[in-house]
Amino acid sequence: MTTRSLLWRRRRDSVARFWRRFRTHRAGLYGLGALALIALVALGAPLLVGGDVQSVTNAPGTALESPSARFPLGTDQFGRSLLGLLVWGARVSLAVGLLAAALSVAIGTLVGILAGHYGGWFSTIVMRITDWFLVMPSLVLAIVLATVMSRSMWTVILAIGITSWPTTARLVRAQTIAVESRPYIERATALGGGHGHIMSRHVLPNVMPLVLSQTTLCISTAILTEATLAFLGLGDPTVVSWGGMLQDAREAGAVSSGHWWYLAPPGIAIAVVALAFTLCGRAIESVLNPRLGAGR
Amino acid sequence: MTTASASAGAVVERSGTATAYPRYLAGKLGGAAVSLFAVLVTSFFLFRIIPGDPVKAMTQGVPTSAEQLATLRRQFGLDLPLWQQFTDYCAKALTGDLGMSYQFRAPVGELVAQKLPATLLLTGVAVVIYSALGLWLGTRSAWRHGGLGDRLNTGIALTLWSVPSFWLGLLLIIVFSVGIGPVPGMFPTGGMESGDETGLAYVIDVAHHMVLPVLTLVAVGYAQTLLVMRASLLDEMGGDYLTTARAKGLRDDLVRRRHAVPNALLPTITMIFINLGHVAAGSILVETVFSWPGLGGLFYQALSVPDLPLVQGLFVVFAGAMILMNLLADLLYPLLDPRVGR
Repeated sequence: MTTRSLLWRRRRDSVARFWRRFRTHRAGLYGLGALALIALVALGAPLLVGGDVQSVTNAPGTALESPSARFPLGTDQFGRSLLGLLVWGARVSLAVGLLAAALSVAIGTLVGILAGHYGGWFSTIVMRITDWFLVMPSLVLAIVLATVMSRSMWTVILAIGITSWPTTARLVRAQTIAVESRPYIERATALGGGHGHIMSRHVLPNVMPLVLSQTTLCISTAILTEATLAFLGLGDPTVVSWGGMLQDAREAGAVSSGHWWYLAPPGIAIAVVALAFTLCGRAIESVLNPRLGAGR
Repeated sequence: MTTASASAGAVVERSGTATAYPRYLAGKLGGAAVSLFAVLVTSFFLFRIIPGDPVKAMTQGVPTSAEQLATLRRQFGLDLPLWQQFTDYCAKALTGDLGMSYQFRAPVGELVAQKLPATLLLTGVAVVIYSALGLWLGTRSAWRHGGLGDRLNTGIALTLWSVPSFWLGLLLIIVFSVGIGPVPGMFPTGGMESGDETGLAYVIDVAHHMVLPVLTLVAVGYAQTLLVMRASLLDEMGGDYLTTARAKGLRDDLVRRRHAVPNALLPTITMIFINLGHVAAGSILVETVFSWPGLGGLFYQALSVPDLPLVQGLFVVFAGAMILMNLLADLLYPLLDPRVGR
């Protein structure tokens, strides 16, 4: 048996062990189920509702129709089907949430590992910067970034990503320091492993589980922030997202005329996705750290 | 030697363990000063990224000659080298001069001072309520963890936490202000006062306007306190001192109140302070939705123009509030927990 196949078997075993423990967290399973369903809907949106639901010019209905058999959730002020928009909006909200969380966690992990590995003045300076980001009101910073940059989906992703990484950086740094105090790192150094080798081959695999749970929790915050930015009119005006739908609803006077059927669905969708990611994240967290006793 | 440092010296001689507090204090004050400087650097350079000329943006729609533009540019100091603009900006910011708003044609500092009381009132009340609620429910949840009450408690809190605050606000307005079906509109749709009351009637009127915004802030905000309190109490519950307290025959309720909760409170209190720092920024959405005449609503008005000096000034104010509250938490912490700062 080669080292490689041994390594793979060990990884497969640990994934199986992880899944067995994850399965005992009922709330986490509900979250995972909800996510799978929503992901399917988002991926299948072009088949389910067709790509032209966003089109303002040849909308199928008249403005602000109440829910009916033809439009189960009613129509918006341009006569577009709200159900179609809701399904289509899942794509943007999920994409922005996932990409922003990935960016944020990637920055956080990189900064955390580098600061934990090198230590000394480098770590002091980096952690000072991290602390400073941590005390900044991140929503305000994201809003300001989205204001000064051009309106696009990438701006939103960037604004969320670069304002939310410090928590991850702190956690990963602590974990890195803990990992590096173990004897096998000393052994690797003695055998001639360089900085790059130690960080990528020994530290990174050990912080990955933490990074995974952090990413899951980060996504729900990112989705909420995206909705907030879109609601404030700072989102990409060319695409439909759930936050943008809420802004449209408010502009169409859905509040004063009591059109609750226009307002309710996008908000529920946001809450369901954010909750599903939070439940998954908490379940992963408590599998990794049973002392938390959370999520059950 | 000043009297303050002399008395601090006396304390050191007496107890011998308090040596570190002045040093801890100096470290934290220095850190806050550095953070504040970093905020000024960011706010100055961030708003220089914007493509285009601030003077042109300001005079948009108003016919202006090249000569007038040059005069304006000189007035705002935009013809000076960048580093000099920066030092001017810092010097002004430290004396409370945060620039002029395009939109209101008034100093930003003055606008902030005008709107601050409304924000403090709204968010202060909300933070007090949701902290108390979170502490209470968190304690109950942890003490009977794993039970039905705990699962229900955390479930509801997590669900409300996942809800966008502005959406909840809009929904509450539809249900309780506009009225839906059999529910009549009971509360005003927005604002802070009806305008013609005085004395006690005025207080009641403001309270009436506050019900829905406070409800929104509390519903979305209490989960965090609950979860932190629950986690830190769970952490304490394995402690040997609790077994000792039980062994000497204390009632369960006394073990909780006198022994476990005070220890579990420490991390939660830090978080409450951090929340206090967040409140001004955190109420942007709720103030916007309820047309509350505070800083958050002002920030939204500034964004929609966009009135950049006002956005920039409010950015400094919000970040400053965060730094101040973090500093207060840091300074208070060693007094609550003698193990810190030694």
